[in-house]
Amino acid sequence: MEQLYGIFVYAVFLLTMGGIYAVLTLGLNIQWGFTGLFNAGVAGFFAIGAYTTAFLTTAPSARHFGGFELPAGAGMVAAMVASALIAWGVARICIRLRSDYLAIATLGIAEIFRLVLKNETWATNGARGVSLIPKPFEHLPEPWNQVAMLLLVFAIVLVLYGLLERARRAPWGRVMSAIRENEAAARAAGKNVDKLRIEAFILGAAIMGLGGALMAHHIKFIDPNMAEPVSATFLVWVMLVIGGSANNRGAILGALLVWTIWSTTEIITTRLPTEWALKAAYLRIFLVGLALQLILQRYPGGIFRERRLRTSTTASNRGGGSHP
Amino acid sequence: MDTNPDRTVSGAAAPPILAVEALTRSFGGLTAVDRCSFRVDAGRITGIIGPNGAGKTTIFNMVAGALPPSSGRILFDGDDVSSLPTHELFHRGIVRTFQIPHEFGRLTVLENLMVVPTSQPGERLWRVWTSPARVRRREREVWERAEDTLRFLTLWDLRDELATNLSGGQKKLLELGRAMMTEPRLVLLDEPGAGVNPTLLVKLRDMIRQLNQRRGYTFVIIEHDMDLIASLCERVIVLAEGSVLTEGTMDAVRRDPRVIDAYLGGGGEGGAAHGG
Ligand SMILES: Nc1ncnc2c1ncn2[C@@H]1O[C@H](COP(=O)(O)OP(=O)(O)OP(=O)(O)O)[C@@H](O)[C@H]1O
Ligand SMILES: [Mg+2]
Repeated sequence: MEQLYGIFVYAVFLLTMGGIYAVLTLGLNIQWGFTGLFNAGVAGFFAIGAYTTAFLTTAPSARHFGGFELPAGAGMVAAMVASALIAWGVARICIRLRSDYLAIATLGIAEIFRLVLKNETWATNGARGVSLIPKPFEHLPEPWNQVAMLLLVFAIVLVLYGLLERARRAPWGRVMSAIRENEAAARAAGKNVDKLRIEAFILGAAIMGLGGALMAHHIKFIDPNMAEPVSATFLVWVMLVIGGSANNRGAILGALLVWTIWSTTEIITTRLPTEWALKAAYLRIFLVGLALQLILQRYPGGIFRERRLRTSTTASNRGGGSHP
Repeated sequence: MDTNPDRTVSGAAAPPILAVEALTRSFGGLTAVDRCSFRVDAGRITGIIGPNGAGKTTIFNMVAGALPPSSGRILFDGDDVSSLPTHELFHRGIVRTFQIPHEFGRLTVLENLMVVPTSQPGERLWRVWTSPARVRRREREVWERAEDTLRFLTLWDLRDELATNLSGGQKKLLELGRAMMTEPRLVLLDEPGAGVNPTLLVKLRDMIRQLNQRRGYTFVIIEHDMDLIASLCERVIVLAEGSVLTEGTMDAVRRDPRVIDAYLGGGGEGGAAHGG
């Protein structure tokens, strides 16, 4: 019984984290999947969201900036706004860059951002991070507080899915994909490509910021390491590619799937003898890379492929579509 | 079959819809367009011919805002539009097609056309979320227009196909289809006939003529198919080595020894030496 309860709590935690990653992946899907923007700085927007809400919702502390004790909801909204604003600034400079240069630029900006978080100790408490971030429902008894958090995360994922799926099927999604497919032709069709790209970049970043805020509230703690390229950017990219780029369901499924692989391998690696533990961290990355290989060989476009409007099935866009 | 007798011949005094003045564009050491000047009269179909590499496409790229000129001016309706971005020129009424088809590969054929029309409320995110009925209404209009266009181009059966899977000629038609989804004032067609089958080519020619006569669209057509040019255009501009060699009716141009020379010389030094 004890053990069963442990598994239950673990599963709730696993799914909550998977759901938070689904938020991040949905954000990246807008940028890369719909619009073809190679954002390699997911971690940066994640961190902006996480730190914004941390500063706004914690109690006053001498260790870090902020301490306004705002409700978590306000913190999440502010996280989205902050990420959107930074994204606007980044996009104004970088959005005209060719895909590969955009990747380098965003990766660089995210790294600079992480170093600032690490070194501006007066504001961020440096590498020790910000702790005691309030968690929604934490006054509820165990395990209901965890379950409530899971439900909150899933509700957010569902709402996002609904909104983004409508956006994807609308002319908005169509024009974004047109830009992804052929920039010159989109311009020749009278589309203000730069403006639309900036819009997609900002929307995606705002959602990543929300993901960061959820993460901060969920684990009640945030430090600059959580904004490392591997744990944030790399994982989210793998999730999107495996699940199926340009497909919102794919983004969610990919996040849940890859997160499960990622965290269950952690169970294994932490049980290894200490002299192995360090190597094991790389083994995990290797394993995820291997999963990526295997899945992409079986499903080249990801598990769920991109779906386009078909006149014969417009009334009901059915699911599936993983066959080539 | 040849020239249309009841075509109105406007006086030379009417201001041109497009004027290109000393337009120049170099790529590194190569001057692709060299102090090129010409005018396009409103309401007419003007042809541009010239050997490969004469700079025809480069001129279109500059007029459509895809490529900044090195020097010179482009006047549209009397306004200097030389530095305007493509989408703004589009909204002023300049529409172009590409010599090498630029399809939206992983969009369906139908979607390729539905992207084009302006004032689609569904391109605004908050409208998508707040006024879906309005979005749907406009979407229906856009759909119907795309359907008409595809039926005309004999591509309707391929509407659900991804554009990347079309044949070269079909992509060429789709290219034209996108231009037909708007209400342009000036249409720049870059080799519309290349790769299109003869039956359809006749239809295409009639369509261009119809759009010109009924809707008053001004056309500039780059073409290597001299018969197509001869049957559509009363005025032809001949380009060689980046500038205007001569212009006039197709018949006059065809007989011009410099033109023959330019084509035979392949635009190389030999041709130019003979010409000069
Ligand atoms: N982006 C570019 N970079 C470098 N050179 C270019 C570029 N675009 C065109 N050129 C060169 O400019 C010259 C004119 O090219 P352009 O495409 O305008 O010729 P064209 O008259 O359209 O020929 P064709 O009939 O073969 O289509 C060519 O020598 C070409 O190599
Ligand atoms: Mg050309």
